[in-house]
Amino acid sequence: MEKLEIVRRFPRKRDQLLAILHELQRANPRNYLTGEDLRLVAEYLDLPLSAVHDAVTFYSMFSLVPRGKHIIRLCDSPPCHLAGAWSLLSALKEELGIDVGQTTEDGLFTLELTSCLGVCGVAPAMMIDDEVYGNLTPERLKEILARYREEG
Amino acid sequence: MRRLEVLVCSGTACLSSGSEAVKRALLEAISAHGIADEVRIVETGCMGPCELGPVMLVYPEGTFYVKVKPEDAEEIVVEHFLKGRPVQRLLWAEGAPAPREIPFFARQKKVVLANCGIIDPEEIEEYIAAGGYAALGKALTEMSPDEVIEEIKRSGLRGRGGAGFPTGVKWELVRKAPGSEKYVICNADEGDPGAFMDRAILEGDPHAVLEGMAIAAYAVGAKRGYIYVRAEYPLAIQRLKRAISQAREYGLLGDDIFESGFSFDVELRMGAGAFVCGEETALIASIEGRRGEPRPRPPYPAQSGLWGKPTLINNVETFANVRHIILKGADWFSSLGTQTSKGTKVFALAGQVRNTGLVEVPMGITLRELIFEVGGGVPKGQKFKAVQIGGPSGGCLPEELLDVPVDYESLREHGAIMGSGGVIVLDDSACMVNVAKFFLQFTADESCGKCTPCRVGTQMMLEILNRITEGEGTEEDLARLEELAQLVKSASLCGLGQTAPNPVLSTLRYFRDEYLAHIRDKACPAGVCPALIHYEIDPELCRGCDACRRACPTGAIQGTPGKPPYTLDQSRCIRCGACLAACPFGAIARLPGRKE
Repeated sequence: MEKLEIVRRFPRKRDQLLAILHELQRANPRNYLTGEDLRLVAEYLDLPLSAVHDAVTFYSMFSLVPRGKHIIRLCDSPPCHLAGAWSLLSALKEELGIDVGQTTEDGLFTLELTSCLGVCGVAPAMMIDDEVYGNLTPERLKEILARYREEG
Repeated sequence: MRRLEVLVCSGTACLSSGSEAVKRALLEAISAHGIADEVRIVETGCMGPCELGPVMLVYPEGTFYVKVKPEDAEEIVVEHFLKGRPVQRLLWAEGAPAPREIPFFARQKKVVLANCGIIDPEEIEEYIAAGGYAALGKALTEMSPDEVIEEIKRSGLRGRGGAGFPTGVKWELVRKAPGSEKYVICNADEGDPGAFMDRAILEGDPHAVLEGMAIAAYAVGAKRGYIYVRAEYPLAIQRLKRAISQAREYGLLGDDIFESGFSFDVELRMGAGAFVCGEETALIASIEGRRGEPRPRPPYPAQSGLWGKPTLINNVETFANVRHIILKGADWFSSLGTQTSKGTKVFALAGQVRNTGLVEVPMGITLRELIFEVGGGVPKGQKFKAVQIGGPSGGCLPEELLDVPVDYESLREHGAIMGSGGVIVLDDSACMVNVAKFFLQFTADESCGKCTPCRVGTQMMLEILNRITEGEGTEEDLARLEELAQLVKSASLCGLGQTAPNPVLSTLRYFRDEYLAHIRDKACPAGVCPALIHYEIDPELCRGCDACRRACPTGAIQGTPGKPPYTLDQSRCIRCGACLAACPFGAIARLPGRKE
């Protein structure tokens, strides 16, 4: 089984917990952790299931519900805020037809907010998966989203 | 023959502006013109002026190009690389001055960032060629651990993560702590809004951090180290992974380094989106695979840290300073800076400042020099109002305090902190109550919830601030806010709560008038808080073009096309500003105060 293979790449030590969870979530096309994932990790690291659940729910990057193929994280820190992140948020909501925390009907995008991405020099900024986009304007936003839509 | 070195910035900010495409276009153009072996293109870490990205630097003359696009590559290659005529329209400054003659660079003193933007961070040979790992060699072969600690202590280096604890003293505590199993941790969980110095160091010079950690491990007697990086920094993670594996290959990490008998290895750990993990005890819990919640100190990590063992935990920039101190000596290091704050500090300039980006200056420089000389001041047509320094744990300082020197003590005395070095410049379009609310919203969101003063206290403070910005505040609220702030500061478990009230307290101290305007006059002087502003149409300037009426979502604007002036019904206006944005004649004004 594929998931077991992912888990087995890691040493059976508790300090690997976050790394394993990251990998399992990444391997899921819907970008989330299933109950089965949590049980698998708990068994592998010999931890109570509650300990794994406890950790998963603490960190904002882990999700227990299905998300889109691409996660959009708009930075809502002060430098981005001052540079107009809020008008971008409305543009994003409108363009995607969803609110923060929701996923588009086609399952392509989930919209989230993030704390500082550390690219304040090119504020306002967002991340789509591991890619950072800066100097955003509503027009540039549309171009970027169109590219992801094209690639599917 | 190689005659030109082209350094293309590949930090996250420049990459987001398209530096990768610029590099590819340059590579294509130099091969098309048959000069591929004369020009070497190097991808480097952050050069500093992020806003002007993608930036690139051409050596030997040191021509600094800004906002380069892939389409410019052909012209740069033909005009500059072949004919020797720099492309004027892409230069940062007229006459192609060397970088040190550009004001942005002239006042800087690059120690930690010396390699950043100069070497290729993905090639260990470049780091070694620039003197890398010589300090580790010196420490391991010529110095005893106690001598290393003595050198760091004498240098006066203090923690760059925020609190400013003397680094050498911390090392000594870990060395003297009983136990044979010890750990070294690099805190790379940079999370302060507006701070990105650690990201730039990790992306631009990752080996400097590894070398600093190895020297520290030798000094305190540790064999294993961890770097805890936030997951929001994928490029830093990628470059660190590569650096670690290269250092292992070269025998600079692993067993018996430099045949000294000293062994040390480093593992990378990734966060998962929790600001509080930047707090050292929370970070340790997170590495151990638990919820990243802080615990009371003492015991400090130096006594009982990772898995209960003595642990040295320092920040990225602190570790990056170490090799310079070992190589050039404590005397050299302590000759930089002030009486109590030695060396340099990297700052991230953001907000309403002309040159946003990363800068490194000697400690003791004044805020005015930092913001106006290095940063170039606020953009034209705007007026400086305040500087927010130290992130959500820091404070807002007004114009009168611009001559305060930037050192740990002076900033603290005035209600801000050095913090990790985030500097956000605010102009007169910023509402200070709103800024305070924004930072408090951040800490309230990021509070882990373990202790009540922080969890509940920040929420209660936030409710009061919300009331004030809604125009429902009273003057008693200010007293209550101050009382709560003192309570949260003194009773919270960790640094997050203990410093969370600082943005509120410093704005109350320096911008009380603005709070009072919100409370007494029901007016937001900066015109930011929607409940405390109104819009007016100037009948003289209105041409009756109908643009505002069409833009208005609530039908608050009435009028007939071609028959000015239009009128605005204040009772229906939701103060969204759509009319202001739509008016092509500047006939609509946003004014402080409510109007029924």
